[in-house]
Amino acid sequence: MKITVNGNGLEVQEEVKHIKGLIDFLELEGKPLIIEHNQQILQKEEHEKAVLENGDKVEIVHFVGGG
Amino acid sequence: METNRYHRQILFAPIGETGQEKLIRSHVLIVGAGALGSSSAEALTRAGVGHLTLIDRDYVEESNLQRQQLFSEADMEQKMPKAIAAKRRLSEVNSHVKIDAIVGDAEINILRQIVPETDLIIDATDNFETRLLLNDIAQKYQKPWIYGAVVASYGVTFTVLPEKTPCLQCLQEYIPANGATCDSVGIIQPVVQKVVSQQVTEALKLLTGNEAALSGRLISFDLWKNEYTEIEAAALRKSDCPSCSEKRSYPNLAYDSRLKTAVLCGRNTVQLRPQRKHADLDEVAEELKKNKQIKLFQNPYLLSFEVDSFRIVLFQDGRALVHGTMDQLEAKNIYHRYLG
Ligand SMILES: [Zn+2]
Repeated sequence: MKITVNGNGLEVQEEVKHIKGLIDFLELEGKPLIIEHNQQILQKEEHEKAVLENGDKVEIVHFVGGG
Repeated sequence: METNRYHRQILFAPIGETGQEKLIRSHVLIVGAGALGSSSAEALTRAGVGHLTLIDRDYVEESNLQRQQLFSEADMEQKMPKAIAAKRRLSEVNSHVKIDAIVGDAEINILRQIVPETDLIIDATDNFETRLLLNDIAQKYQKPWIYGAVVASYGVTFTVLPEKTPCLQCLQEYIPANGATCDSVGIIQPVVQKVVSQQVTEALKLLTGNEAALSGRLISFDLWKNEYTEIEAAALRKSDCPSCSEKRSYPNLAYDSRLKTAVLCGRNTVQLRPQRKHADLDEVAEELKKNKQIKLFQNPYLLSFEVDSFRIVLFQDGRALVHGTMDQLEAKNIYHRYLG
């Protein structure tokens, strides 16, 4: 399945079924992330319910502190 | 008005003569004069903002020169406080801008005096403790502020508008845990410019009466990975936020968040703010000179001395930086050993 993450195309395997799976796949688990799935901001508890489909758009933002 | 100086900016239709006059009557506070602060201060000075206030607690070191565009090797050799060095350079760039330089922490008492007089705050700090303080003070006095932050090749920015957008406290669950922002992954200079170009453009829109052109989005990018992301932020506003909702109590102003000691990110340095202010810098220097082992350096703003593997820098406002340790207890011991 091909999805778009932060503007770039990404080919993911079958086992990446939902947003939580994608976070694990990207090795971002445990980080506080603001996630938008097809222009809908998700709460953390929704990550496992948000099923990924071919062509989906995901935006992931995290805060940093440096200045 | 010197029309020639700002001619190209006035030709730019959304600004025009009217916008330029508004800029000249504006007062902007920039908190932090490191990488982001240097760059946005220069941009706003060239653009002709009437009045800039800069606050910074640090002084210029060699490793700053790679990305902090206002500073020179001479500033580094003289250990100039960043706010003072920045003011000097900015006054050369545009002598018509009134520039106030404050060497110290952006703490609540200072912000209370300045923020009501400003039109806008630009965040160029390196920590969330100060940002949360800025957030609440901006909400209290109904001032916009523009978050910006950088690490490695990654940058993130968002404009907080009172009563309109979410505030930083609304987004509190996304703030990384204390210390997690002290990455030792370095930084490249272009990401600073990219965040600043976003921050300064938003500032120009706000100051010239072009609010409708504001982005409204949380923007992040990674220049190295070729990633660019925008998230519509409105949905993140919390109706029960303690900083921006009707039930507001400004939790970040309620207690004095000034830590007596603070570890500076990625610097192997501890800042101490002793309860009792030390004697004036000349007297301290006289006392230290009696110990021939100690290497001393002094300028009108600070006193620096080296002893063993540590270097201690004392500022006029009473703060001390102890370089060579991240251990707060060790830093205190060194401080007391040499300064009583
Ligand atoms: Zn809020």
